[in-house]
Amino acid sequence: MAVPAALVVLGTGAISLDQARAAAARLGPVIGFLAAVLVLAQLCDDEGLFRACGGWMARSAAGRPRRLLLAVFVLASVITAVLSLDAAVVLLTPVVFATAARLGARPRPHVYACTHLANTASLLLPVSNLTNLLAFAASGLSFTRFAALMALPWLVAIGAEYAVFRRFFASDLDAGAQAPPAAEPPAVPVFVLAVVACTLAGFALTSAAGVNPAWAALAGAAVLAGRGLAQRRTTPAAIARAANIPFLLFVLALGIVVRAVVDNGLAGALGHLVPGGITLPSLLATAALSAVLANVINNLPAVLVLLPLAVPAGPGAVLAVLIGVNIGPNLTYAGSLATLLWRRIAREHDTAVDLAEFTRLGLLTVPAALILAVLALWASLHAIGG
Amino acid sequence: MTVIAWIVEGTWPACVDATGTHAPEGADIVLLHVTGQDVPGTARGAYAGLFGRGRPERDPGSRLQELAAASAQQLQRAAAERLGRPCTQLERSGRIEREVVAAAEGADLLILARDGDRTHLGPRSLSPATRFVVDHAPCPVLLVWPETAPGIATIPPAPQHGR
Repeated sequence: MAVPAALVVLGTGAISLDQARAAAARLGPVIGFLAAVLVLAQLCDDEGLFRACGGWMARSAAGRPRRLLLAVFVLASVITAVLSLDAAVVLLTPVVFATAARLGARPRPHVYACTHLANTASLLLPVSNLTNLLAFAASGLSFTRFAALMALPWLVAIGAEYAVFRRFFASDLDAGAQAPPAAEPPAVPVFVLAVVACTLAGFALTSAAGVNPAWAALAGAAVLAGRGLAQRRTTPAAIARAANIPFLLFVLALGIVVRAVVDNGLAGALGHLVPGGITLPSLLATAALSAVLANVINNLPAVLVLLPLAVPAGPGAVLAVLIGVNIGPNLTYAGSLATLLWRRIAREHDTAVDLAEFTRLGLLTVPAALILAVLALWASLHAIGG
Repeated sequence: MTVIAWIVEGTWPACVDATGTHAPEGADIVLLHVTGQDVPGTARGAYAGLFGRGRPERDPGSRLQELAAASAQQLQRAAAERLGRPCTQLERSGRIEREVVAAAEGADLLILARDGDRTHLGPRSLSPATRFVVDHAPCPVLLVWPETAPGIATIPPAPQHGR
């Protein structure tokens, strides 16, 4: 739908061909980065990384639901940060459910944790969320500086979620579980863990050397792809599918459409709403506005709209936008538009949807996580310097 | 006589044991399990929130539904084995508390377990879903503690009136 819309804004002259080309050139490296991370996550799954996660969670839970919740929090946060929120939702959620079922624990708290953390724990690295990749390219921050400034907000936001979850799901967590049948400890997928560690180190190194860290992601994906192809665990077609080319085109087209909308008056309308500076009130206002916009439309268009307005105010404002658009979606399932879409999907599958409970949980977690994360960002900006 | 035992993850062994003790010889025993739809629904919602990904075959909600069905079967098998008496296994899906009430219509006894705070006697020892079932049950109910019940000293002192 975004691709025809992009052609329309081009055709009607709402955006000139040159402007569109400039927008596409700016988005090109981001989209390459995104493709590399999507492929990397899928290859990690092919190598058994997520299966191993299930085994590790079951063992460390030792038959106690509260320990399982802690293990889910740790793993979902790390997976989201390193392999992006797509990996947490698509690849980790089924593993978490299967692990809870295997232990006879009620799956609800653990599955909800996975979906919530896919948003909240996507603050840490530029690769954790597409919103971050877009902001990272525009902000001028280095990879390591981005991570250093977002580390504390990431931790306190996860901590806020954890505190709420333990109370909100107390009766499910008290219901108990059985210890797993004593099995062989699951094999640690050493190779894939080493590749992921090297990729992370590569992000720091490339960024220190002034090279686009997308190359590190590409290298990691290439190593795993080479091994997967050699051992016939994957095929070139499967790798191309993992890169999700229609989605990459969608992001490109959305970028052009939003550019046209911003240039044709939205910037003027919203411009005075984004406060400058890195004082605490202005950071809080920026994050709150971003969270509202992410819920009204969706966080992807929201970040594209807000970035051109936040970039002149400096990296602090850009990161405050990210806190808003990344944590905000837990309030209404990633934006009202997506919520409508999802209700339709749910009806197609004859699934009864308890929107009231999800929203109640969101009302408890989102404001707390948002305010604490902004406070942490403000402290980091003053300690490290924006 | 029909006795329905509502079995739930975590607390089902106590429920099955109570059924073994209290269901008279020759009673029709039904092991009832309800699979909630909210958990796969949450995963579907999270995937729908990933804007523009398309590819419905990647939706984790469908995978969760399959896994939930398999896990329900396993639970039913384990419960029937523990009971060790002839019984019927009844699996339903939907809004859990309402499905249980609907299934209990016409039964002579519904057996279920407390599943809230189990360190104190009191209303918090029932989760909201269990509370709904107890409040709306259309038949006699036997409500058991999953472990030994806490002592009556766990009841807070009576409020002092007339001071």
